[in-house]
Amino acid sequence: MILQLLAPAVLIGIATSGILLATPYLYAALGEMFGQISGVLNLGVEGIMLVAAFAAYYVVYSSGNLIAGLAVAIVVGALMGLLMAFISITLKAEQGISGIGVYLFGLGLSDLLFRVTIGTPTPVNGFPSLQIPFLSDLPVLGPVLFSQNILVYGAFLFVPFSWFALNKTTIGLKIRAVGQTPEAADSLGISVAGVRYLTVTFGGAMAGIAGASLSIALLNIFQQNLTSGLGFIAVALVYFGGWRPLRIMLGALLFSMVSALQLWIQTLGLGLPSDIAGMLPYVLTIIALIFAARQIVTQPTALTKPFERGE
Amino acid sequence: MNRFDPRQYNFILVPLVAGSLALLVGAVIIWLLGANPVEAYIAMLEGAVGSPNAIADSLVKSGPILFVAIGICIAYRGGVINIGGEGQLVMGALGTTAVVLTFRELPSIILIPLALAVGFAAGGFWAAIAGFLKAQFKVNEVLSTVMLNAIAVLFMNYLLHGVLMDPTELDNAIHIPQTERFVLTADLPRLIPTRLHAGILLGVIVAFLVYILLWRTTIGYRIRAVGYNVIASEYAGINVGRYQILAIALSGALAGLGGAVEVLGVNHRLFTDGSATGFTGNAGFNGIVAALFGGLHPLGAIPASFLFGALLTGANSMQRTVQVPSAFVTMLDGLVVIFVVSSQIWAKRRATRRAIAEPLVQDPTATTIQSDITPS
Repeated sequence: MILQLLAPAVLIGIATSGILLATPYLYAALGEMFGQISGVLNLGVEGIMLVAAFAAYYVVYSSGNLIAGLAVAIVVGALMGLLMAFISITLKAEQGISGIGVYLFGLGLSDLLFRVTIGTPTPVNGFPSLQIPFLSDLPVLGPVLFSQNILVYGAFLFVPFSWFALNKTTIGLKIRAVGQTPEAADSLGISVAGVRYLTVTFGGAMAGIAGASLSIALLNIFQQNLTSGLGFIAVALVYFGGWRPLRIMLGALLFSMVSALQLWIQTLGLGLPSDIAGMLPYVLTIIALIFAARQIVTQPTALTKPFERGE
Repeated sequence: MNRFDPRQYNFILVPLVAGSLALLVGAVIIWLLGANPVEAYIAMLEGAVGSPNAIADSLVKSGPILFVAIGICIAYRGGVINIGGEGQLVMGALGTTAVVLTFRELPSIILIPLALAVGFAAGGFWAAIAGFLKAQFKVNEVLSTVMLNAIAVLFMNYLLHGVLMDPTELDNAIHIPQTERFVLTADLPRLIPTRLHAGILLGVIVAFLVYILLWRTTIGYRIRAVGYNVIASEYAGINVGRYQILAIALSGALAGLGGAVEVLGVNHRLFTDGSATGFTGNAGFNGIVAALFGGLHPLGAIPASFLFGALLTGANSMQRTVQVPSAFVTMLDGLVVIFVVSSQIWAKRRATRRAIAEPLVQDPTATTIQSDITPS
């Protein structure tokens, strides 16, 4: 049973689909990371992904224009992010619960709109795979790394971008300052609320791309609760990755590889019931959270704490 | 102070304003979808409370919501956010199903209490895992309960595709993933000649019991102390971890009881459509909404749960009459949550104003140290 899984063709298959499946995790988790580092926990990622996934799907379904679909998903995601920002920053509502509100709102709204407009899950033509010249001809690495669709490349480019933005730019410094010591940042004239609005809205836009990557690049379909917990796993990945882009990427890859492995176990008919194999990614998330909680890296001090200027 | 603080909750004003705002936004969305909001809401109201049968259906729908909501009150008062209602409902129903299928010959008087007790225990066990992970490893309970939900549903699907499947289904080609119909002795008694069953009455009784537990016993006092201020509780010698586990386990146990009541009172068998909502009807989340709406007070949860049960019943008739899909209600629930938690800022402002206006009679709520329920 194990030997069957170690066959080269299967390993390449797992790696290829693992990299593909990591895409939504990467966008959603890295986007969420910016918000959390600035002090806002957005638990509504799942809801944002759902609405954006539907929006992208709808645009592609009715016009066939993939770029427009992606753009609409980004705008819709940003707007949902803005809503979360308004609730948690301006209205200072408890973030854990307001995130659940945003999740339910997104879950209901996406299902509602889908049923009113299209109704039955109909496949669309999503982003085609993009062969990188020369590199895609490499044995093994070619099909695994360089024959994916553009959103996959984008997701992995987003990793160094996030690292650079956080560690090498002024805005990155401000984001970290606002999340660690909002009082000090405020006294230096940094707008705490402004920075947080920016990161949460940006995180929403990224969750939008994550949703679109599911509906118009990976699965090319929409149905009720398309994301089925993926957005929550993305939030867990931020903890697991200790708020560092590279480690978040490793976490995302680990999860997507396990998901891919689970699909292969089912495809090969290895005697493990599909429902039991399907538990793997979730069990792994819990184990990962246990290890994440033990690491020395501490979370942003002001995470989930609204900023109130002392009078 | 960032926690949603139930002690500042205005039991009349907040539900009224938050509910109206949610309905208003909902009306705009119905209108944008091309339907008439007034017609839609009237259809909803008629479907929910238009006849004795409709009222009974609304009450039945509110059953699992009420059990989850009462549980949420305990968890939240203990400083734990339990998003695992879906999984706990499922595990409770599985426990109950196992008892009923194993002990068919037992008389009702023993079978029903035993089945309910096992459902209660199964839900409690499932939630206790999240409580243990939080107390022992500081794992964020929101994330762990979401994962436990997914695992519970897969576990149910696995059992219903295997050992629990109705033997007669095995002879059919389709293999519908459901158990056989339970023995009649396991049916919860009906209260009046409608679909209304005794489980709803049990929910109301449990709400009163939980009220007594939280405000009239030492255990309840300690749960609330831990939820209110972890550090002070530790100094007072309370084992914080133990009471956090207890709070979420009780919360899950009540959700499990809700699942038990649902299978014994409504479906008389366990079935799955592959997703969690197929069995739970999203009660695990609706219960959170109802608990918040009821000010996180077990007695407030009673009318709030009825309201959200009625919304679900009404949504079906709205879907039939004006073709607005019942997913509308899930969206409405989200809006209710958002408006209720957002209302806190006004409650806080009022408390601060009062504290400034009457400096001698200091409002204790204005200066409390908030416990941090966030993960670390």
